Amino acid sequence: MSGASSWSFREDDSRRIQSILSAFLGESNARTALIVDRTGQMVSTAGETPAFDATAFASLTAADFSANDQLARMLGENEFGALFHQGERESMYLADIARRVILVVLFDNRTTLGLVKLRVKTAVVQLNQVFTDMFNRDGTSAPGVESEFLGEAEDEIDKLFGS
Amino acid sequence: MSMINYASREINCKLVYYGPGLGGKTTNLEHVYNKVAPASRGKMISLATETERTLFFDFLPVDLGTIRGFKVKFHLYTVPGQVYYNASRKLILKGVDGVVFVADSQIERMDANIEAMQNLYENMTQHGYDVTKIPFAIQYNKRDLPNAAPIPELQTALNPGWPVTDPSKQRVTPDPYHDSEYLVRQEDGQWVERAPYFEAVALTGEGVFDTLKAISKNVVKTLG
Repeated sequence: MSGASSWSFREDDSRRIQSILSAFLGESNARTALIVDRTGQMVSTAGETPAFDATAFASLTAADFSANDQLARMLGENEFGALFHQGERESMYLADIARRVILVVLFDNRTTLGLVKLRVKTAVVQLNQVFTDMFNRDGTSAPGVESEFLGEAEDEIDKLFGS
Repeated sequence: MSMINYASREINCKLVYYGPGLGGKTTNLEHVYNKVAPASRGKMISLATETERTLFFDFLPVDLGTIRGFKVKFHLYTVPGQVYYNASRKLILKGVDGVVFVADSQIERMDANIEAMQNLYENMTQHGYDVTKIPFAIQYNKRDLPNAAPIPELQTALNPGWPVTDPSKQRVTPDPYHDSEYLVRQEDGQWVERAPYFEAVALTGEGVFDTLKAISKNVVKTLG
């Protein structure tokens, strides 16, 4: 593989992640939990559906986390394992998962940073396990797309971008 | 590293527009944003300075629709072209599925083009990627300007080709976009491959979709 390795995300992965996130949201009283891939793609969301553009949010989150990663290295740290952005009403807490994805927690004044940080620890450990399993599995059993996919995708590209 | 999400039935592919400062990368995205049906694209995000120079990146998601049960999306990114923004430029390449190098055809910008191309190879290598092994296209922008360098000169400087070592790829491959030109052929006994190239005037949109179509088709081919 010449680029970064591809990975796939299955329905059973989704179920495991959803159950971890739901339990965390219940215990922490946070509003929404999102999993964003480090390349800027949304993987999973749980809790209240965010009102914002989730695609844009994911790309900015990944950039935010990556930029802070570099800042950490400049300070001689390996990484900042977590970030916190505080707003007047809404705040967000970001935590690294398995060096490949980011857990984003959105919360308001119905809870506190302290409770979120306390409860997130368990969730991070569990999610680390799920994603480590997932990345180790890939490359061996990830099914590709159907063979007809390519032709149809090319037709759609012609339609969308003009032929 | 396109991610196939079987749970949400989504495939997302990341395309990055790379190149020297003021070469037209953002203009490419703006043209796509303005011409693609609003239902098929998301919001364009530009992290730019007050003088509209890209500071971190521009981002535009384009939705290809549902194919064989999968929602296929292209995420288009630009990088900041200015030399001193290398740290942020490198970050954007993470997880890239296809690269478009937007070169500034003006003869005075030749050195800047070459420097940006070397920088692309270096940053890709540092991520552990190989630009010659992923979908890669070069766009020669600003072809309308009187000081635009001739295409053969730009090709020699920016797209001289790389050796093809994989025997299965050592076969003559015509350039589908230019008559009597080749993407893969033997030169002085060596098999050489070049990136497909496109001429463009991004300000008017000329060549913008030709480039995007070619790179996105090549990215889709890697999903199979």
